Amino acid sequence: MSGDLTRLTAHAMADRLRDGEVTSRDLTEAHLDAAEAGNHALNAWLLIDREEALRQADAADDRLRRGEAAAHPLLGIPVALKDLISVRGGQCTAGSRILEGYRSPYDAHITERLRAVGAVILGKTNMDEFAMGSSNEHSAYGPVANPWDLETVPGGSSGGSAVAVAAYHAPLSIGTDTGGSIRQPAALTGIVGMKPTYGRVSRYGIVAFASSLDQIGPFARDVRDAAALLHAIAGRDERDSTSAPVPVPDELIDLPASDDDAAVGLKGARLGLPKEYFVAGMEPDARRRIEEAVAALERAGATVEEVSLPHTDYGLATYYIVAPAEASANLARYDGIRFGPQYGEGDALGNYLATRGRGFGAEVKRRIMLGTYALSAGYYDAFYVKAQKVRTLIKRDFDTLFEQGFDALVAPTSPSVAFRFGAKMADPVSMYLSDACTLPVNMAGLPGISIPCGLSEGMPVGLQLIGPAWSEPRLFALARGYEAITSGAEWRAREPAQLALTTDEAQPTPAERAAALAQR
Amino acid sequence: MVSSAPSSPALERYEAVIGIEVHCQLKTASKMFCGCSNGYADAPNTHVCPVCLGLPGTLPVINRKAVELVLATGVAINAETPPATRWDRKNYFYPDLPKGYQISQYDLPLASNGRLTFETSGGEVTIRITRAHLEEDTAKLIHATDAAGRRVSLVDFNRSGAPLMEIVTEPDVRSAEQARRYAEELQALLRAIGASDADMERGQMRVEANVSLRPRGTEAFGTRVEVKNMNSFRSVERAIAFEIDRQADALDGGEELSQDTRGWNEDRGSTYVMRSKEDSHDYRYFPEPDLPPLRVDRDWLAAIRGQLAELPADRRARYQRDLGLSAYDAAVIVGEPAAASLFEEARSASTDVDAKALANWVTGAYLGLLKTDPDAASRVRPGELADLVRRVTAGELSGTNAKEVFAAHAGDGSSVASIVDARGLRQISDASALGAVIDEVIAANPKAVADHRAGKPALGFLVGQVMKATRGQANAAVVQEAVRTRLDAAPDAAPDGDTAT
Repeated sequence: MSGDLTRLTAHAMADRLRDGEVTSRDLTEAHLDAAEAGNHALNAWLLIDREEALRQADAADDRLRRGEAAAHPLLGIPVALKDLISVRGGQCTAGSRILEGYRSPYDAHITERLRAVGAVILGKTNMDEFAMGSSNEHSAYGPVANPWDLETVPGGSSGGSAVAVAAYHAPLSIGTDTGGSIRQPAALTGIVGMKPTYGRVSRYGIVAFASSLDQIGPFARDVRDAAALLHAIAGRDERDSTSAPVPVPDELIDLPASDDDAAVGLKGARLGLPKEYFVAGMEPDARRRIEEAVAALERAGATVEEVSLPHTDYGLATYYIVAPAEASANLARYDGIRFGPQYGEGDALGNYLATRGRGFGAEVKRRIMLGTYALSAGYYDAFYVKAQKVRTLIKRDFDTLFEQGFDALVAPTSPSVAFRFGAKMADPVSMYLSDACTLPVNMAGLPGISIPCGLSEGMPVGLQLIGPAWSEPRLFALARGYEAITSGAEWRAREPAQLALTTDEAQPTPAERAAALAQR
Repeated sequence: MVSSAPSSPALERYEAVIGIEVHCQLKTASKMFCGCSNGYADAPNTHVCPVCLGLPGTLPVINRKAVELVLATGVAINAETPPATRWDRKNYFYPDLPKGYQISQYDLPLASNGRLTFETSGGEVTIRITRAHLEEDTAKLIHATDAAGRRVSLVDFNRSGAPLMEIVTEPDVRSAEQARRYAEELQALLRAIGASDADMERGQMRVEANVSLRPRGTEAFGTRVEVKNMNSFRSVERAIAFEIDRQADALDGGEELSQDTRGWNEDRGSTYVMRSKEDSHDYRYFPEPDLPPLRVDRDWLAAIRGQLAELPADRRARYQRDLGLSAYDAAVIVGEPAAASLFEEARSASTDVDAKALANWVTGAYLGLLKTDPDAASRVRPGELADLVRRVTAGELSGTNAKEVFAAHAGDGSSVASIVDARGLRQISDASALGAVIDEVIAANPKAVADHRAGKPALGFLVGQVMKATRGQANAAVVQEAVRTRLDAAPDAAPDGDTAT
């Protein structure tokens, strides 16, 4: 029974809840069991909170029994939260030792929203420390394995949230995306991941990495579920001055259920294919999957034109000035004085050095140093100011295309499929290149979605759709259209290849696999 | 009270070049970026929330009132307001700074290029004001000894995130007296427009000065020293005067000055090195990404301008021009908000009260009481003071009795009318009402009458007898006139001699 329930989409679960076939407690227990069984081999979860989840499930069942009018599709549906989202009274490690033992005294805006619609929070998922990374190997709590190949990474930084959904521990999860941290792991684990327009979702209560780039978004196994989760968490929040007073469109919970209806949405769509996104290092077979997806879109009635985003090449360098600069300030508050562990017996400076020296991992320190340097007297104009100017040019590239009437751009999400543990740990720049196709979208503040488009040598490939600001309904409709026209594809029916191994307690943990690989 | 300029012989050889930075706490109900009460004087850590504690995930939200108070200050100092402004992060580590950065304003302050004009002993002075900007205050560190005898530092976050305005002048100030007067005038202005209570002793207004000297007749700036910890207007003047003398002595001795930050020690009457130049920070300012730029709508600014209270300089001018007050009285009243509001309210309570007489009562009895017994001073009601002054002016109450009535009113708040009645202090100014008493006194004192008529000074004695008989209620001037008239009217009157006074 429990195996069956976890294979359902959230909207199918919602139907069964309303029909009284299952209860939220049934769904919640099934997913908690799956998460607990699979966490040894996958390490996707930093906290599985059975007691609290069941309490919320029972509350949801009460609401369902009362036949609450206008109940949200997420009422009673389990969801996983990346462990940088504040939940009152709960942990919020952001994947870092420096937040070990910290309990948030308040709920993030999106936590409040999820409680309001009656979603059931199962627990908190693993992540790269402070969302800095593209493989989840920078978590202070160990790497996460990809269920498609347990020796590979799930991508990052929201690797735990992606794997929780890919491995059927939860139908839905929340991630954050600063340079690709939702879309890239979604691509590498074969699921749907969406980064909304900057300002669509309140950042209040989300541990900040880079304030002008961070957005919160959904993971799901299909497009309709992802859209419904965005619908639940989006909207203006007075406590985040950068959250926009833009209404949340109800189309997000009204995408076509039938594939035929959904496919119609592609007819006449005008799509751009930015040539710069097919980067030199891109894997040829992954590139073929994108080309096949483009051909399928054209067959369904969309026009696809090659276009240019000429400043794409500067994206990575620009991002690695802006994001670390903001991070260097955002992470200054982790000083051991008010929360978290404090090390050192000396004066204030001694305590700072000891606490931050021991509390932060290598990648976080690297980025704090990068950002501090870029903001320093004598370097500020050459680095930070120039990067902001280039950022404007990158944004203008997109604006120009959308002003020409393109509905969306089609591109790869990642230049490669999931890579082996350790493959990029020795070379930070090669790791940073994992986000070459996603980070320009953050720089421009635009919405982007990654959807599965096939397998390359058995590993998932993601197709990215990028839209103009506030075009999420259209972007989801296009993604839903692509999902519909490929619904009969053989690869769609496949489950992660090594899923069966993940419930075997005899299997090594991801950390053990990574260590073994490093020995070879 | 007013010192003479130059305040120091050093200023005969050197010209002092002084710039002043003032931080003042804005008078808002809540903090700069969160909804916590701005009541930082309460028990430690009682006005805190995730935002002002800098907890993970929190974000700032601008306090509109704080912005308005800075904009109002800008209008009051004739500054320019930018069409749009933004916030910047000033990065440094300190235990009183929970986020590790202070949200401030770097290159787009809410007000720039203003000025402030005021009187000094050497005449009127105008100081250019470079900028006024909005930022957040830090928490407060308290250094103590714990139960085990260890030195510990405690942090009170009540003040963390309180709205703070920084006002920076050009290096236009030339003497310690000008510095004090600038600070006094700025305080009066901030209080008048309701921007800040600006009490220096309570840290609501913190004055720092950059002091350097250059030989008279030269242009280049000398080595600048920053002076802090001046907790009263008096200490501003003393500290800067000290610093001018210290620097002059050093320069005279051929010594190289170092660009230090120095603190003022009130007890020793000297400054000491707090920090040397080597400790200077790189604050790595950059635009605050959590707050969008703020557009200053012209209508908004016009509304602020329209609601601006009368400025101290305008009010002083009006008091002198329209009410005939002396420059001194006008300055004293305007310089103390409590006095100014008592004066204004007393005048509106009783429109025909004599302004100069009222001003004397406010600057004399009231301000004296404010110093010695602020609680009693707070009980003085404008309407009652107006009534008191009106009675004195009308001759219904003697000056001596009026002081008694004022003290009684301030003592328990009872009305002037009830005090006068209860104590029988109503002055009798009607000569006819005094006729019988005067007749009795004349009849009972034939020797004095004879003395007076003989040209000897006896009138005062007779008047005194009448006052005694009326228990002081008689108007002495009226009595004197009436006694004299009565004696002079007698048929065997002697030629009128000099009368006693």
